This record gives sequence, structure tokens and C-alpha cells, in this order.
Amino acid sequence: MSYEVLGITVLWLFLFGYLIVASIDFGAGFFSYYSSVTGTRHLIQNVIERYLSPVWEVTNVFLVFFFVGFVGFFPDTAYYYGTALLVPGSIAIVLLAIRGSYYAFNTYGSRTSKMYMLLYGASGLLIPAALSTVLTISEGGYIEVSGSREVRFLFWNLVKSSYSWSVVLLAIVSVLYISAMFLSYYAHKAGDRPAFEIVRKYALAWSLPTIMCSLLVFFSIRGHNPVHFDKMLDLTGMFVLSFLSFLVAVYFVWTRKQLGWAFVFVMLQFGFAFFGYGAGHLPYILYPYLTIHDNFTSEAMAVALVIVFVLGLLLLIPSLYLLMRLFLFDAKYVKGNFDKH
Amino acid sequence: MSSSYDPVMLSRILTSLTLAFHIIYATIGVGVPLMIALAEWIGIKRGDPHYLLLARRWARGFVITVAVGVVTGTAIGLQLSLLWPSFMRVAGQSIALPLFMETFAFFFEAIFLGIYLYTWDRFKSRTAHFWLLIPVVIGSSASAFFITIVNAFMNYPVGFNYVDGKITDVNPLAAMLSPAMPTKVAHVLSSAYLTCALVLAAIAAWSLLKGRDHVYYKKALKLTMISALVFLFSTAIIGDLSGKYLAKYQPEKLAAMEWHYETTTNAPLVLGGVLDENNEVKYGLHIPNALSILAHGYPSAEVIGLNDIPADEHPPLYIHYLFDIKMGYVAYMTFVVLLFAVFMKLRRTNPYAKWLLRLIIASAPVAMLTIEHGWIFSEVGRQPWILRGLMRTSEGATTSDHVDTMLVVFSILYLVLGVTSVRVLTRMFRTNRAEDELIARGIDGGEGGVKG
Repeated sequence: MSYEVLGITVLWLFLFGYLIVASIDFGAGFFSYYSSVTGTRHLIQNVIERYLSPVWEVTNVFLVFFFVGFVGFFPDTAYYYGTALLVPGSIAIVLLAIRGSYYAFNTYGSRTSKMYMLLYGASGLLIPAALSTVLTISEGGYIEVSGSREVRFLFWNLVKSSYSWSVVLLAIVSVLYISAMFLSYYAHKAGDRPAFEIVRKYALAWSLPTIMCSLLVFFSIRGHNPVHFDKMLDLTGMFVLSFLSFLVAVYFVWTRKQLGWAFVFVMLQFGFAFFGYGAGHLPYILYPYLTIHDNFTSEAMAVALVIVFVLGLLLLIPSLYLLMRLFLFDAKYVKGNFDKH
Repeated sequence: MSSSYDPVMLSRILTSLTLAFHIIYATIGVGVPLMIALAEWIGIKRGDPHYLLLARRWARGFVITVAVGVVTGTAIGLQLSLLWPSFMRVAGQSIALPLFMETFAFFFEAIFLGIYLYTWDRFKSRTAHFWLLIPVVIGSSASAFFITIVNAFMNYPVGFNYVDGKITDVNPLAAMLSPAMPTKVAHVLSSAYLTCALVLAAIAAWSLLKGRDHVYYKKALKLTMISALVFLFSTAIIGDLSGKYLAKYQPEKLAAMEWHYETTTNAPLVLGGVLDENNEVKYGLHIPNALSILAHGYPSAEVIGLNDIPADEHPPLYIHYLFDIKMGYVAYMTFVVLLFAVFMKLRRTNPYAKWLLRLIIASAPVAMLTIEHGWIFSEVGRQPWILRGLMRTSEGATTSDHVDTMLVVFSILYLVLGVTSVRVLTRMFRTNRAEDELIARGIDGGEGGVKG
């Protein structure tokens, strides 16, 4: 495997990791707010908080890791995307900032505020929308590069494009779906029957829209970037596997059994689709201006980054395992038998 | 309106605003874990529950500051690419390694901080919980270490060849070992520890001043002030080495900071003063030979003056004021910390006298201002370069529209975050005072389980 492919695979893996953990987090924030409006907050709040509190910081790092690594491996992306993304990127930063800090203010501060909850819940749905513009832009058609390599972002093209809106829709819907599927597993594990029944309903309610939006995006790529669409057709198997994983996941939740496996299949569902989409996109990072071979970082830097990456993983994987052991797979903690602080 | 739109200037303002705000929380993020570890360690060693509660309460407030630090850190991380795309293209080639390592350190810290906060009562052994804090201390200091390496590289880029605007033959490790690195990293870490010790000291002094003379607060004050004394010495020594670094590698910064025009031996140090239109220093206090000693360690050493540096590469001359103000702050902190230490040692004087407590409280904002001034001084002092000697700041900035709008948006964001975080923190400790918690936890009075 060349360093380019290795680099992009590693980064894609981290983006996938972010997609899963952030979706759980974003969706949970929304459900938490929604439940306080509909008067079921007391039922599901404990489960949500018990999961989120120890991990909210880690979620953010996945994103930072992705974009720092991206600029490291593919320095030219900083130039093209940096210029184009000033507005959507800044909006995403502001939303992330509000969300992260107000989560802490709400959870660790001395009182809960409705205002904080609204900010926290609403930002959770807007962030995926803002971040998904990066994926939209990567398909080409929203950036113009002049002769002197000056980059101009065609903002109105993005706003008017039906493709970009289908991506936004998919981002929001899948956040709610992934989150509800995870919370079903977590509530079940906690033995919290009332909470489980509520989040199970959320999960099932968002399953159909998720698969419909996936199809919508799939077919609107055909109109927007036929080259990419044809490449994805070559990888049909991936998307079929994704759909089958979806069926298994929903079946388990429907029948209220094997909820751990149900979530594994949710991850497989998104994993197959995400990697299928990514593989079809290659070799382009920004169609048609940038491929992974253009201005790839120097070999010395690539080697150094890969070495650091492997060493970093040796540190991270046991630490993440410890985190999960203590807060995700520890029956006593999940059931709420420990004091906070 | 469009005629005054200048993306370079606006990008500089927005970046400084983000950094100035982030640095407050980042400094706390670097130093406070160390202080928490110190308190918890002493608590375990001496079997003193007061220190354990101290660590616990610091940790609780720390979470709020970490949250703001994390989100503003994410902001600056992304803003680098959004506002300085051409610079990041070059930096991505040469300095991606420490940036990458910083995120690992951050990851490490984030994981163990989450575990630490939620396992206070979960392990049978107290030391087991203490050890969870070590990765947090290492992670927070390591991320400061790596990110300062990036900044050191910008001050003195090494480890590659630069031909016609293109970087070749990058040596990632050599790029990390810039001559600016050792002094910069050491100074950042040491001053962050010092600032946090003083901030926490001010909190204890505040409670004592309010007449709450529980021994808990006295222990807190003693611990933090003695730590401050140690960090003050280390910061001072490193500060001196930083001057010697400047003389050797960035003479233009040293010359601008001291308004030193002619290259001379036995160079005097100028304190205060103003510069008139003929670049003559007026009203300044000249200390003979001091600049030579500062720069090279002996009075007859030659110090390069601004006249030997091309005019379009001169840093702004107002950094002289920044440096003088900074040294004024340092003098104040030294005075307060030494005074407290002397009063502690002498049995006949009261280190908890009200006037001394007031001075200690004031030293916390002074310490934070010193950090801000130091950074502004250091960053403005390398202008006009973004990569010293290679890329001018104006060449690194974005050409995008809307930087002005983003500046407004982020200003509001930082204002809101700043105000809310302070409100949440004060409310947190006002509604749950240490005395009440001591009783509630059954440490004092033996009435376990009674909530105050």
C-alpha cells in the first residue's frame, strides 16, 4: 500500500470513528432536550448523562485528530479547503464551542438551565449539517480555481444545489438514528425499562428516513458527479452489505433482543456505506483539483507521521479500552451505582 | 466598506483574539492538573482529608475551564487552516509532526480526565485513583510542549530547504528541534505552572479575607504559595536564557524590544522611556552594561542594533512597552511571593494579614496578564514574518471574503463563553462552600452524610 492510500485510509477511519461517537453525542443532546419539552426527561436523562459525562471530551478529539492529520498528510488541502470553508467552517466551530462548553456548564455547574439545554440540543443538529458541507464540496462544482491558483468558493451554488441539501438531510437523520440505536443498547444494559421503551421508539422511527435519505444521496450523486457514481456502482457489494446490516440491526431492536449486536450492525451499516463512498471517491480529495497524489507530504514526513501514529495507537487503544471497561461495559456503573464526583 | 476590507489585518486580529482568549483557559489547563496532583499526593501521604478535598474541589472547577479550553483550542486548530491557508500548506509539509503529536497528547489527557473525574469513590485504594491523574498531567503538559514546538519553528524555522517558495528535504525531527524550542517550551510550561499556583492561591486568600479562617484554606494557601515560589525561580532562570537565545538567533527582536540602534559593546538596558520622532529615547532609565549581560552574560559583549537590520524587517517598536510592562508584573509577583515566604518563615509575622491577602489576590490577574503580555510581545516581535526569514505574514493570510463578519461572530462567542464560564464557576463554589462540604463528607465534626 502506498503512503498516500495508507494515510487517507487512516484518516477515513478516524472520520468514521468521529461519525459514530459524535452522532451518539449529538443525537443524545437533542433527545435530552426533546424529552424535557415532551415531559419524559426524568425517564431518559440519567441514562444519557451517565454515558456522555466521561466521554464528551474524547469525541471532540476525534475531529481534531482528523483535520490535523489531514493537513499533515495532504498539505495542499489546507490551501483549497481552508479558503473555501471559512464561513461553513467558522459556523461549525461556533456551534461546537457552544455545544461543548454548555454541556459542561449544564452538567457540572450547580444548576440546570433550560436555555443551556436548548443551546446544547439545537447545536447538536446543526453541527452535522455544517460539517457535512465538507463532504459536499469534495464532490466538486462549488469551488472555482482561477489561472493564478486563486480559490473562490461558490457559496450560492452550494445553497441552490439539491445534492448538498440531500447530504444535510442524511447527516441529521442518521445522527438521530445512530444515537437512538446506541441509547437503546445502553438503556437496555442499564436495565432501565422505561428509558429503553422511549429510545427504542426513537430508533425505529428514524430507521426508515435514514435508509431513504441514503438512497436519495446515492442517486443525487449521479446527477452531480457521474464519475464518482460509476465508481460507487463498481462497489455495489459494499452498499448491499450496508443495507443487509441495516435490516439485521432494525430486526434486533424490533424484537428487543441482542441489542449489543444491533449496534454492531449499525456500525457495520454505516461502515460499509462510508468506506464504499470513500473508496469510490478516490483518488480525488477535491474533485477535480486535488488527488491524493498531488503534493502529498514528503516521504520523510509521511514516515514520521505513520510512526507517530502507530506509537500513538499503542497508547490510545489500551486507554480507550480502559474507558469503555469502566463506563460502557461496567454493569454497576451503567446501572448508576456510583456517585458522580 | 469594501475598500477598507483587508483580509490580512482582519485575519491577524481574529487570530490574536482567539489566542488571547484561549491562552487564559489553556494556561489553567496546563498548570492546574499539576496542582491537583500535588494536593492529592500530599493528602494521601499525610492521610489528610483536607488536601484530598482540595484536589477534589479544584478538579470540579477545572472541568469547566477545560471545556472552554477544549472548544477554543478546536477553534484555533481549525482557524489556522481557514485564515492562513498558504501558511498551513508550508507548515503541513514541515511541522505536521508536532501538530499531530499534540492531538495524541490531547487524546490521552481527555480519556484519563474523564476516568479520573468519575472514579473518586470507585477504587478501594486511594493511590489507584491518584495514578489516573498522572496521564492527565503528562497529557496537558505534553500538548503545551508540542504546540509550543510549532510556535518555536515559526520563530526560527529549521530542518528543510526552501527554494522558490517550495519546501524540500524536510527532516521532521530536525524541524522540531529549532533553537527557539528549549527556552520557549520551558518558559511556557514554567510560567503556566506559576500562574495556576497564583490563581489557586488567590482563591484561598479570598476566602481567608472573607473571614473564613478554616485551616483548610490556610493549607491551600501555603501549598499554592510555596509552589509559586518554586515556579517563580524556574521561570526567572528560563526567562534569562530566553534573552540569550534572542541575542544569538533573533537579534532584531531583542534590539526592537530594547530600542537598541547602534551595534555596541557594553550595551545599556533601557527601562521605560518614550521614543521621539528621531528615534531618540527620552526619559528612559539606562542601566549600564545590563543589556550585554542579559544578552551574553558579560558586560563587554557586543549586542547587534536595529541599524544593522533592514528597515522592512524591523519588528514594531512598541514591543518595548510590552516588555517593560511584563517585567513590572514579574517584579510585583516576586515581591508578593517572597513576602509571603518570609512571613511564613518568621514566627512573629502573620502571613494571613489582610493587606497581604489582598496583594496575593491581585497577583492572580497580574500573573494572567503577564502570560498575555509575554505572548503578545513574542508574537508581535517576530513581525513582519509568519515564518521568520521565509514567509511574510501578508503572504500567509486567506484571500477569502467574510473575515470581517467572522471577526464579529467570534467576538460575541468569546464574550458569551467568558461571562458564562465565570458565572458558572462562581456559582458552583458559592453554593457549595468548602466548610459545608467538609461537614457533609464527615471530615470535620463527624456528622457524615449531612448535606449542608
